[in-house]
Amino acid sequence: MAEEINTPAAPTAAPTQPAARTDRPARTDRPERSGGDRPPRSPRPAGGPGGGPGGRKFFRRKKVCKFCTEKIDAISYRDVRLLQGFVAERGKIVPRRLTGVCTTHQRQLTVAIKQARNIALLPFAARF
Amino acid sequence: MNRIYEVMFIVRPDATEEDVDKLIEGFSSVVTHAKGEVTAVEKMGRRRLAYTVRKQNDGLFVLLTVSAEGAVVTELERRLRVTEAVIKFITVRMDEELKRQAKKKALRDSRVKRSAQPTYAAEAPATPAAVAEPLAPITPADAAV
Repeated sequence: MAEEINTPAAPTAAPTQPAARTDRPARTDRPERSGGDRPPRSPRPAGGPGGGPGGRKFFRRKKVCKFCTEKIDAISYRDVRLLQGFVAERGKIVPRRLTGVCTTHQRQLTVAIKQARNIALLPFAARF
Repeated sequence: MNRIYEVMFIVRPDATEEDVDKLIEGFSSVVTHAKGEVTAVEKMGRRRLAYTVRKQNDGLFVLLTVSAEGAVVTELERRLRVTEAVIKFITVRMDEELKRQAKKKALRDSRVKRSAQPTYAAEAPATPAAVAEPLAPITPADAAV
């Protein structure tokens, strides 16, 4: 792995000016290979702040956590109706950026869903 | 040091009520022999399973709430595994969870009590009276001005 990193860096840097080595380390999209020098490139809109599909909109929907507002303490594996609201059609657990659940409750929800799956109250994979 | 567990198990649908009762009794005796306690038994009835288990599509669900030590539950699980009529089971430890819920509830209740003024005034009649008196002379002064 070390040989791969060092040898391409030397030939690509040599044809361009030596000063340009810090500016654009590589023409391909793999800038971090050379190490410390960080190019002044803004990070790609990775998912966006609210998880919107465009990525540039700022906090499109302020969804509140259903459990926090209704003050539901216990998320038990037994209430299948409640859990089914957070499970997709194929049985997959819905991510919290779509449902607006807060982290603590999402974790409890995940545990409950997995317990329910184990006791055959919810499917592991549905609608094959 | 008794811990609280919820044991849910599924019995084959072709078992009769008596069979189910016999099974429940058998498991309860296991717990009580080992100085545990079966706090609740709930027969949740016949339900459709989300996937086929041992070639069955339905099952009779039973929920036992047990208060016992860990070793007792291990023994109970061993029995459940051995019993042919039981097709699936799950044991969930509940005491930490219940403690957490009780704590949250207590916190919520205490917060509510402080905001509800009448109860607070009834508990400490001295303080509201002391607060009320200095306020009284101020208002006529404002009215005069």
